[in-house]
Amino acid sequence: MQPVPYRVRRVRCETRDTFTLELKSFRGQGMVFHPGQFNMLYAFGAGEVPISVSGDPSRPESLVHTVRAVGAVTRALCAAKRGEVIGVRGPFGNPWPMAEAEGSDVVIVAGGLGLAPLRSAVYHILSNRGKYGNVVLIYGARTPEDLVFRPELERWRGRFDLEVDIIVDHASAGWFGNVGVVTTLIPRASFDPQETVALVCGPEIMMRFSVAELAKRGVPAEGVYISMERNMKCGIGLCGHCQFGPVFVCTDGPVFRYADVERLLKVREV
Amino acid sequence: MSVLQKTDQIEQALARHPFFEGLDNRYVKLLAGCGAAVNFQAGQYVYREGDEVNEFYIIRRGRVALEIHVADRGPVTIQTLGEGDVLGISWLVAPYRAVFDVRAVDLTRTTAVYAGCLREKCEKDPSLGYELLKRFASVLGQRLQATRLQLLDVYCHGS
Repeated sequence: MQPVPYRVRRVRCETRDTFTLELKSFRGQGMVFHPGQFNMLYAFGAGEVPISVSGDPSRPESLVHTVRAVGAVTRALCAAKRGEVIGVRGPFGNPWPMAEAEGSDVVIVAGGLGLAPLRSAVYHILSNRGKYGNVVLIYGARTPEDLVFRPELERWRGRFDLEVDIIVDHASAGWFGNVGVVTTLIPRASFDPQETVALVCGPEIMMRFSVAELAKRGVPAEGVYISMERNMKCGIGLCGHCQFGPVFVCTDGPVFRYADVERLLKVREV
Repeated sequence: MSVLQKTDQIEQALARHPFFEGLDNRYVKLLAGCGAAVNFQAGQYVYREGDEVNEFYIIRRGRVALEIHVADRGPVTIQTLGEGDVLGISWLVAPYRAVFDVRAVDLTRTTAVYAGCLREKCEKDPSLGYELLKRFASVLGQRLQATRLQLLDVYCHGS
């Protein structure tokens, strides 16, 4: 599968090391994707990395990814300027269960850059708001300066049909929001545990503790979905780099029902 | 408003609070006898580090910040507590001193339960003491776990 050239239309700085790239295909047609899927982004001369789509699925003409500069390829992607060309392969992977969640309350728990693949899910819900019950977004970051998608968070907080609660691990004077770990917001959130689908994405340890807190509230493991991150290379289940026990994260995931991978998460060697 | 009505309201506030969920009614009544509604304005300090802690508060509305003063950095917020939380665990263990500054971030409505009165009741009725101890131990456990997660700095890498 060849990378398709896309031109960088806009770059938005989210934090000191995280950027959102808006891409447009040379051919002009959009990319239809489902919330939670990812693309392989190719920075020519540097390499290819898997990055979740963070844009609005109802606007396929604009392909949006949010990238944190942590290695050579992601640094090259973050340094891309308007008009530069990036290769794109995808979309890949198993998406968030948006259809299954219809009729239920939805609790979205995001940690750090884990909000990126969940932002598409929020867009989808807001475009189809009548199909879902209470919707809660719980978002944790390291510090106030590490919060991504600030304009969207401010807009969503102003809505009457979406509960948004934000917390940071560390803060100095000048921050008037919550301080502590993201799991502490789960007991306060408004949802019916028996009628809830939870979407969780963030560092693995944060996901484990979040799922435990959701379980304390009475959300069954069958109703909890997580998005995993592994070393994805081919994106189509051939190379085996992202093998996680008996599954490939690129094709069986990155979104998994927690009940299906719970056992694997407890195996230290996997 | 009569004292009886006030006690009744305090009893209802305690019974509705998650910290006292499932607590025997007679204990709720006992606690209400030691309680009072206390509000804090935004910016007002509930405790200063080292203050004697003669009560604990159940937070009904609003938010408080647990702060520690660091030289060169000023006040650093360690944690915030809000609706449904309990504040003032130091009432339980000698020397009954606040270990942080506690400042109301918003207008904060609480029900205070006075420790002098409560300790006496716990001494007389150890099963009440044990019931409260279990609930406070659970809060302590949750806060310890949260602190450990904060120390892990999970968002630093791999997020």
